[in-house]
Amino acid sequence: MHHVHLDNWSHGSSPLHARDPRAKILALLVFLIVLATTPPNAALTLGIDAVLLVSGILIAGLPLGNLLLRAMVVLPFSLTFGLISWLAGDRLRALALVEKTYLSAAAVLLVVGTTSLPALLSGLERMGAPRMLVLVAQFIYRYLFVISEQAQHMRLAAASRQGDPRFHRKGRFRAAAGALAVLFARSYYRADGIHRAMLARAFTGRFQLLNSLRFRFADGIFLLAAAAFLILVRVQ
Amino acid sequence: MTPLIQVRGLHFQYEDGTKALDGVDFTLDPGETVALFGANGSGKTTFVLHLNGILRGQGDITVCGMPLGKETLPAVRAKIGMVFQDSDEQLFMPTVLDDVAFGPLNLGSTPHAAIHLAEAALEQVGMQHASGKAPYHLSAGEKKRVALAGVLAMNPEILVLDEPNTFLDPPGQSNLVHLLKSLPQAKLIITHDTHFAAALATRAVFFEKGKLVAEGPVDEIVQRFNWRYSALPADLRYSAQRRF
Repeated sequence: MHHVHLDNWSHGSSPLHARDPRAKILALLVFLIVLATTPPNAALTLGIDAVLLVSGILIAGLPLGNLLLRAMVVLPFSLTFGLISWLAGDRLRALALVEKTYLSAAAVLLVVGTTSLPALLSGLERMGAPRMLVLVAQFIYRYLFVISEQAQHMRLAAASRQGDPRFHRKGRFRAAAGALAVLFARSYYRADGIHRAMLARAFTGRFQLLNSLRFRFADGIFLLAAAAFLILVRVQ
Repeated sequence: MTPLIQVRGLHFQYEDGTKALDGVDFTLDPGETVALFGANGSGKTTFVLHLNGILRGQGDITVCGMPLGKETLPAVRAKIGMVFQDSDEQLFMPTVLDDVAFGPLNLGSTPHAAIHLAEAALEQVGMQHASGKAPYHLSAGEKKRVALAGVLAMNPEILVLDEPNTFLDPPGQSNLVHLLKSLPQAKLIITHDTHFAAALATRAVFFEKGKLVAEGPVDEIVQRFNWRYSALPADLRYSAQRRF
C-alpha cells in the first residue's frame, strides 16, 4: 500500500527530512506554480525542473525508481486530457500537460516521502489550514492501517471458504460487497469506541496539540534558495 | 476510611431496551485491586463506563468523595484512568508521545509540562524508546503499555482495566502482571482469566444479568461459580483433544 511505503520513507535522516514541514510545503507550492505557469514550449525549463526533482529524490535517499513508478498514478488522468489535446492538434501542449502533471505528482511524493504525516499535518495547521480538516486527515491516516488489516483478515477468511475462484465470480462479488458493509459497520463502532476513549481522558471537544515544530535558520535558507532557483529558471 | 468509589443502586438500560445494569451496589477502597468476573454481556463493561460518566444511568456514584455529576466530571475523569480492551481504540494520536500527552493537555497542562508527564509515564511502563513511533508500529503488548502510560500520565488514583491481557502472548501477560503489581493505584480489572486475576486481585465480584451477585476472595468466587477453563467437563476436554 502507498501509505505504508511513504510512512517508511518519511522516517529517513537526510537533510531534506530534517527541514521544517512548512519550508517544504512552501517550496512545493513554488515548484507547482512555476511548473503550472511554464509555457509548453519551454523544454529547457521543464528539463531543469525534472533534474532538480531527481536531485532532491537522490539527496533524500529515497528509491528513485520506486518513487517515479508511484508517481505514474496520475498518468491515467493526464494521459486522457493529453490525448484530447493531441487529437485537437496541439501536440506540444499534450506532451507538456503529461510532463507537468507527472512532475507535480513526483514532487508531492518527494515532500510526503521526506515528512512524516504528523509533521506534515502539524505544518499545514500552523500555516492556517482548518484544524478540523487536519484532524479528519489525521484520523483517516491513523485508522487506514487498522481498517486495511481488518480487510486483509476478511479477505483471507472469504478465500479460505471459497472453492475454485474461476467458477464463483458472482459469489466473490457478493462476498466483497458484504465485507465492505461489515467494514463500514465496524468502522462506525470503532469510531464510537475511540470517542469513549477520548472522553475517558478528559476530552472536552477541543484538541490540544503539542505542536513541537521549529522553523530554523536553515529552513529559511532552504526555502529561499529553492524558491529563488525555481523562479530564476522560470523567468530566464 | 473513605472509599475511592461508592456506587449505590445503579440501573441502566440501553436504547434498544436491553437492561444492562439492575441495581448494582459496589465499593472500592484505597489500595484494593478488584477483579470483575461474569459472562459476556453480564454488565461488567457497562458498569465501569459509568464510573467516569461515559454512560449515565440511574443511581448514585461517588468517586474520591465527589458525587458524579456534570460539574465534577472533569475532576472524576482525572481520578479514574481507564484502559480499554482494544488498544487501537485508545491510541488514536499520530505518535506515542502525542497520545500519552493527550490526557495531561486536556487537564490543562502546558505542552512543555505535558511532554514531561508523558515521558515520565512512558518510562514507568518501559516504553520511553517508542515516544516518536506511530502506534501502528507497536506490538500488542507495547500498545497495551502505551495505553497504560496514557492514563498514568494523568496521575489517576484508580485504574480501570478492561480485559487487559487480551491479545497478549504469555510473556506479554507476565510482563503486564509485573507492571500492574508495581503500580500503587487501586485497580478494577475486568477479566475472564482467573490466573491473571488471582495474581493481582485482593477481591473479586461476579456479575450476572446486570446484577452484582457475589463478592469475596478470588478463589472463593472462582470456585463458587466454577469460573475457570479447566472447569470443562472431562468428556468435553477429551473430545477437544481428539478433534485437534
